[in-house]
Amino acid sequence: MGVFMGKKLLMGNEAIALGAIRAGVNVVTGYPGTPSTEVLETVAENNPGDIYVEWSANEKSAMEVGAGAAYSGSRVMVTMKQVGLNVASDPLMTLAYIGVKGGMVILVADDPGPFSSQTEQDTRHFARFSNLPVLDPSTPEEAYEMIQYAFELSELVQLPVFMRPTTRVCHACSTIDLVDERIEHKPEGFEKDPRWVIFPSLAYKKHVHIEQLQHRLSDIFSELNFNKVYGSGRLGVAASGVAYTYVVEAMQKLNANIKVFKVGTPYPLPKAAAESFLSGLDEVLVFEELDPVVEEELAMLCASKLQATKVLGKKTEHLPFAGEYTFEMVYKALAKFIGVNIEEMENTSAVPELPARPPVLCAGCPHRASFYAVKIAMKGQKAVFTGDIGCYTLGNAKPLDMVDTCLCMGAGITVAQGIKRTEPDTKCIAFIGDSTFFHTGIPGIANAVYNNTDITVVILDNSTTAMTGHQPHPGIGNTMMNSISKKIDIYGVVKACGVGHIVKGDPLDYNNSIKIIKEAVEFKGPSVVIFEAPCIALFKPTVEYRIQDNCKSCKKCINSIGCPAIAIVDGKISIEPTLCYGCGLCTNVCPFDAIGRCEK
Amino acid sequence: MINSQFDILIAGVGGQGTVLASRLLAAAAIKEGYFARTSETIGMSQRGGCVVSHVRVDSENCSSIIPFKTADMIIAFELAEAARSLPRLKKDGSCIINTQVIKPVSASLGTSKYNVDEIDEYIKNNMKNVYFIDGYSIARDLGTVKAINVVLLGAATAIGKMPFSKELMLESIVENVPQKFRDLNKMAFERGYESILIELNK
Repeated sequence: MGVFMGKKLLMGNEAIALGAIRAGVNVVTGYPGTPSTEVLETVAENNPGDIYVEWSANEKSAMEVGAGAAYSGSRVMVTMKQVGLNVASDPLMTLAYIGVKGGMVILVADDPGPFSSQTEQDTRHFARFSNLPVLDPSTPEEAYEMIQYAFELSELVQLPVFMRPTTRVCHACSTIDLVDERIEHKPEGFEKDPRWVIFPSLAYKKHVHIEQLQHRLSDIFSELNFNKVYGSGRLGVAASGVAYTYVVEAMQKLNANIKVFKVGTPYPLPKAAAESFLSGLDEVLVFEELDPVVEEELAMLCASKLQATKVLGKKTEHLPFAGEYTFEMVYKALAKFIGVNIEEMENTSAVPELPARPPVLCAGCPHRASFYAVKIAMKGQKAVFTGDIGCYTLGNAKPLDMVDTCLCMGAGITVAQGIKRTEPDTKCIAFIGDSTFFHTGIPGIANAVYNNTDITVVILDNSTTAMTGHQPHPGIGNTMMNSISKKIDIYGVVKACGVGHIVKGDPLDYNNSIKIIKEAVEFKGPSVVIFEAPCIALFKPTVEYRIQDNCKSCKKCINSIGCPAIAIVDGKISIEPTLCYGCGLCTNVCPFDAIGRCEK
Repeated sequence: MINSQFDILIAGVGGQGTVLASRLLAAAAIKEGYFARTSETIGMSQRGGCVVSHVRVDSENCSSIIPFKTADMIIAFELAEAARSLPRLKKDGSCIINTQVIKPVSASLGTSKYNVDEIDEYIKNNMKNVYFIDGYSIARDLGTVKAINVVLLGAATAIGKMPFSKELMLESIVENVPQKFRDLNKMAFERGYESILIELNK
C-alpha cells in the first residue's frame, strides 16, 4: 500500500518524474526542450541513488541509450520536446519493430501555440506512424497516474509507449496525492537473441505482428479508465488532453446535458468505447490539440460502419487547426453546438496601446557582444548570417538584426553552405551555440570541410545550455549523476574535422573580436571563430556601468545594441543597476566616452 | 462555504517573482484543505517577458486557466501588466497593483508605446475595487527588491476576500522560503498587509 505522504502542489513535469520513480524506472535519458525539461531534472533531483540519469548529446542518442537499456530489461523513460522526436525518429521507427523487454516510455511534450517551438506538430501522428500507443493526459494529476500505467503497458505488449503531455499539463501545477511506495524493478540483463537484430525478413514479420497488436491494444484501452463514456442524448462531444478540461468547465457553465467521450488514448482509439459513444448520436463535436487525430479516427469509424453521425471539428472548420485552445473558444463552440445563447466574454472597452515585451537577450549577455562585433566587422560587405536554436536566436531582434535564417538544431552551419553555393560572392557566416554544436553541429562542419564550402562558423560558447534553463552538455563536464567527466574541447573537435583556420576569442574584447572575425571571413575555405564567455546566469556581477554627466543623449547606445538595462528615465538615458551585468559593450558604442565603470 | 471557488491572477514581468507568489498562494489553499491548480507560461518569457500565473482554488473540475471575466482577484506586479490582465477580472473583482513601471527595450527603441497616464486612467475607469501600492519601495526599504512578491501577497490578503486566513497565508510563506530569509519575509508580508489596511480604513 505505501505511506500516504500528503497532498502536494506539483508541476505536471514533476508529477511525471515522481510517478516514473514510483514505477521503478531504472534509466532516464533525454535532451532539454521546453516544455519537457523539468521531467528529467526532477528525476535527477529525487534520485534515490540507483537510477541512471543522463542528458544525452541529442535526442537520437537519448532514444538509443534508452533502447539498449530497455533491451536489457531496464525500465526506461526518454524525454524530449516534440521537434526533438524528429531527431529521434530514426531509432524510434525501427524500435517499434524490434520492441523492448523492460518497459520504455517515450515522454514527448507538445507545444500548442506554439510558445517556444519551431512547429506545432502533433506527436500523436508519430504514434500512428510508428504503430505505438500514446497516452494523452488532461491534467498533472492524470499524468501522474498515466506514467505509472505506461510502464506496465509497455511490458505487457513489449513495445515502447508514448506519453504526450502539452504545456498546460507540463507547466501547470495541481494538488496531487503522493504515496511513498516504489516498485523495485530489477533488470534481468541483456540476453543474446536474434530479436534484437533488425533484418528485412524480421522487419516483415514484426510489421505483421505490430499491425495485429493494434486490435489487442484497442480492446485493452476500451477497458481503461483513462477513457470514459458518459452522459446521454443525440449530441456528443469527444475531447482529449487539456481540451477535455475546458469541455468539463464549459459544460458546467452551460449546464449542458450531452454525451461525452473523454479520450485518454488517442491511438489506437479504443474501438468498443468509441462505438458505444457514437451509438445513437446525430452529431459529434471533437475538441483536441493539435491535429484532428481523434476526429479522423471517429470519422473513419463512422464511415466503416456506414453510420450517418456527423463528426465535426477542425476539418469541418468548426474549430481552428492552429494555435492553442482556450476556454473561451471551447465554451463558444459548445454553446453553438447545443444551441444556447451566451453573453460576450471578450473585453469590449477600448484598451490603450500596451508595451510589447518580446523576448530579448539579457543585459550583459555575451551573445549581444558577439553579434555586434560581427555586425561591425562585416559592415559594407554583402553578408548573410544564418542562425540556429538557442538564446542566440534572439540576435534576430532589432536593433541587432543578425539572424537571417533559423530552421532547426544544427542547421545554421549547413544552410549557410547552401546559400554560399548559390551566391559565391556573399560572405556566409553561421552562428551556433555550444550545446547545439554537440547536438547536431559537428556533421555540418565536416560537411563544409569535405565539400570545401567557404563559410565562417561562429561558435558562441557560453558554457551552458541556456535557453532551456542552464543544463550541462558534453562541453561542460558535469553530469546529472553528480559526477565530473572530461570536458570535450570544441576547438579540438573542430581541428580534428580539418578546419584550416580556427581562432578563440573573448566576445567582450570588442576590438579583438572585430579583428578575428575579419581574418576568419577573409580566409579561403571553412573557418571557425569560437567566442568564449559565460552566460550571465552562471556568475554574480562584480562590475557595473553608469551613464555620466557628459552624456549628450544621442541614444546611440539604445539604438545600436538594444540592451534592456539602458532606458530613458525622466528624460535622461540611464542604466538600471539591478539589470546591468557589467559586460561593457555599451562603452564601445558611446561616441562621447560618457559611460563609466564602477564596482558593484 | 457554498462557493469556495476562488480564482487569482498574478501578472508581472519575468524576474519579479510572480511564479513563487502563485505557488505560495496554492500552498496556502491546499493547507486549508482545498484542491488548487496553478498555470503559467514559461519558456520564451524568460527575463523581461510577460508572465501570467493563474491560481485556482477549489478547482478539481476546472481547467488550469482562469477564463475571461472570471478572476476574483488580480495581483499585478507592474502597471502595464495590470492593464493587460484586466479582461480576466470579473465585474466586482478586486485588484492589487504594484505601481512599478518596467519599460521594455521595445519602448526605448520606439517600436512600442508605454504611456503611463493613459494606462493609469484606463485602469481607474475599468476596475471598481483597485488598490495601488508602491511595493517596490517597501521591498527596497526592507533591504531587497526580491521581497516584492511577499509584500504584494500581504496586500492581497488584507483585502479579506481570499478563502484562507492571514495566519495560514503567512504560515505557507514561512514554510516555503529559506530559513535565513524567514524574518525578512514576515516583515515584508506585514508591511504589504498594513499598507492596504490603511487604504481600506480611509
